[in-house]
Amino acid sequence: MKNLLKRLKNEEVLVADGAMGTMLMDFGFKPGEPPESFNLTHPEVLEEIASLYLDAGADIIQTNTFGASPLKLSFYSLEDKTEEINRNAVLSVRKVVGDRAFVSASCGPSGKLLKPYGDTEPEQIYNSFERQINILISSGVDIICVETMTDLKEARLAVKAAKTVSPSTPVMATMTFDPTPRGFYTVMGTNIEDAVKGLEKAGADIIGSNCGNGIENMIKIAKEFRESSRLPLIIQSNAGIPEIKDNKPVYPETPEFMAEKAKDLILSGVSIIGGCCGTTPEHTREIRRVVDRYHV
Amino acid sequence: MDILKEISECLQQGDDQKVFAFTKQAIEEKVPPKEILECGLIGGMNIIGEKYRAFEIFLPDVLMAAKAMYAGMDLLKPLFIKEGIPTVGKVVIGTVQGDLHDLGKNLVGIMLKGAGFEVIDLGNNVPPERFVETAKKEGAYVIGMSALLTTTMPVMKRVVDLVKEEGLSGRIKIIIGGAPVTEEFAQKIGADAYAYDSVDAVESVKKLLKKP
Repeated sequence: MKNLLKRLKNEEVLVADGAMGTMLMDFGFKPGEPPESFNLTHPEVLEEIASLYLDAGADIIQTNTFGASPLKLSFYSLEDKTEEINRNAVLSVRKVVGDRAFVSASCGPSGKLLKPYGDTEPEQIYNSFERQINILISSGVDIICVETMTDLKEARLAVKAAKTVSPSTPVMATMTFDPTPRGFYTVMGTNIEDAVKGLEKAGADIIGSNCGNGIENMIKIAKEFRESSRLPLIIQSNAGIPEIKDNKPVYPETPEFMAEKAKDLILSGVSIIGGCCGTTPEHTREIRRVVDRYHV
Repeated sequence: MDILKEISECLQQGDDQKVFAFTKQAIEEKVPPKEILECGLIGGMNIIGEKYRAFEIFLPDVLMAAKAMYAGMDLLKPLFIKEGIPTVGKVVIGTVQGDLHDLGKNLVGIMLKGAGFEVIDLGNNVPPERFVETAKKEGAYVIGMSALLTTTMPVMKRVVDLVKEEGLSGRIKIIIGGAPVTEEFAQKIGADAYAYDSVDAVESVKKLLKKP
């Protein structure tokens, strides 16, 4: 497979896969357990999900390692399994996709708050990401994806850890914003302009936003990113904000709706379009169709 | 500047050392502890709550203000106990069983304490029985529950049912919140109130305590 950053430089638009967590629930994952426990017990489910997204036309498939940093795993007393959990996740996806898609390693927040507002030293968070990313790189991932970040300081620590472990591996970094009357802010108070500056400075190759919003807000977010950055952009939208029906979350945005709106993402200069919570392989398939049709 | 205003200002800036020092000074100057609490600490937290709600400040600022508030409260608590001044009320809070997300619940705890309530925080992954047992043991009038995962929301109903089964409906009020939780859901399971956010939670708890 050709170098990712070269392809993006040639103005290609790539499709990333959709949700992992909500898919795992369909495969019997019980909330309250860490989703990463499946990496130890049900690698076949990870393969199944990867192959569903590959068949749907995704160019980038993410690993089930969102919460697999040792700090986050320690919430479940699973930090001793960090190596196995991360390695299994990468190997499962690679087994299915071979070189037909990029394998992207998801790295989510540590679940800890930095000093002075929290109790954790930056070194602890850096070391935790470094350990996870070391395993991911040595297991053969193509991309590191630092995602769903709300604290810019933590996001920067993760990006720096990735770039230190493997300077040549592309790093995507996405943050989650809330719409407020004063514009888009993360819950920790980072706006898009600051996110761009901070993530660029830390060394991210591709930046953008995931989770927290449906696709219409994401179009606005993408435009703001485009105004302040020249880096390739990634957007992974939720299938809207869920409503509860019969004790189950129902995500309102259909594959067709999201794909239709994905045109605006392409027009706004987004290079990688994927999905987050509530999106399915059907969403990926429709987005693929639109990308193929509207992006020449 | 008036010392109580000084306490409130320093609290808003998240300066725990200054809040500690000024609270100590106020106590030494014989300002009534209740006044220090209400005009200094609670006054400051009220402004923090309003600003947070208006997105003028964000989570780190609230957490820093809370730290500063605790620095002052720790000095006042022994005085309240000595003088036998009761708190506004006791509230048991926690994130329901199966759910480890406690950010929102922690914020509710901060805002409740900031409004003068005594808060018993059971943490996360709290079984239904523990909410009810603790409320009974501690003589709390309100149970506050949080859930982020849609799949853990049914635990909230279990707590409502337990309170009913024990014949405590009306005596122990239940308030729920969390990202997927709605007013409609609260009504459906028979909870006494729903809170949209941490500031709303404080207002709702106050209302619940006024209701017979």
